[in-house]
Amino acid sequence: MRAAVIVFPGSNCDRDVAVSLRAATGHDPIMHWHADTELPKVDLIVLPGGFSHGDYLRSGAMAAHAPVMREVKARADQGVAVLGICNGFQVLTECGLLPGVLMRNQSLRFICRDVFLRVEATDTPFTAHYAPDQVIRVPVAHHDGNYFADPATLDLLEGEGRVAFRYTDADGTASAAANPNGSRRNIAGVLSANRRVLGLMPHPERLADPLLGGTDGAPLFSALAESLAA
Amino acid sequence: MKATVHVTLKNGVLDPQGKAVQSALGGLGFAGVEEVRQGKVIELTLAETDPEAARASVEKMCRELLANTVIEDYRVDIEG
Repeated sequence: MRAAVIVFPGSNCDRDVAVSLRAATGHDPIMHWHADTELPKVDLIVLPGGFSHGDYLRSGAMAAHAPVMREVKARADQGVAVLGICNGFQVLTECGLLPGVLMRNQSLRFICRDVFLRVEATDTPFTAHYAPDQVIRVPVAHHDGNYFADPATLDLLEGEGRVAFRYTDADGTASAAANPNGSRRNIAGVLSANRRVLGLMPHPERLADPLLGGTDGAPLFSALAESLAA
Repeated sequence: MKATVHVTLKNGVLDPQGKAVQSALGGLGFAGVEEVRQGKVIELTLAETDPEAARASVEKMCRELLANTVIEDYRVDIEG
């Protein structure tokens, strides 16, 4: 699998996700500067976490119009897998590749801690190495992670099985207490209609190595490596 | 020519920042503030001299960048 990590001014999880991709695939991803429109042929495009353009105007709003994004959208339309983590998820909603929007956390606080997620969809190149309804532990670190969409859009996402992850407690119950940021229906990650684009607020790359204190994020990268093997 | 864009949250979209401001106003002793909705004002200076063309251009800016129409409404005022 060939992967490209798009680097925006203000990205800060680009090297973390590169480490996870290298561990899963055995080689380094391409680190691709956002202003470079000549994107090489790849099987996976990653929009990493961070604070692109200082979160000015709205989180992800500027990066959504970066020169390379026209090409990212074209590749997504062709079925190339696109993974957006945290700020990358915000960019995916701002550029229209995923529905909804990430609003300010309901508490108004920046939240940085581990959360539990229930895997809601396993028939995707991102989640194939998880078991249905598996509960995993990964960190969140965001100020704008409060997923919002109108009820019709939420119903559509649920009906098409496009909610990939939901915030739950350790037992897998999607309670209000387990919802860190006020997201509608405890939604932590959503898929595109063709299931080739995933955006999620939590950071699987931050718990993907025993040295980091957990490996629950690693199956996401191993699944991509296997599903997208050339 | 000057354009002023008011970006506000749509009705029905929860505004936690507005709620926090409302609560702080109550704490300062301002009674009777029934609701606070927080938005943005964006001022643009345009080379365009035709008001209709300016409005059309700024509305396109709103749709493409200045507002996120999933959750926000916008209003454009053109002057001078």
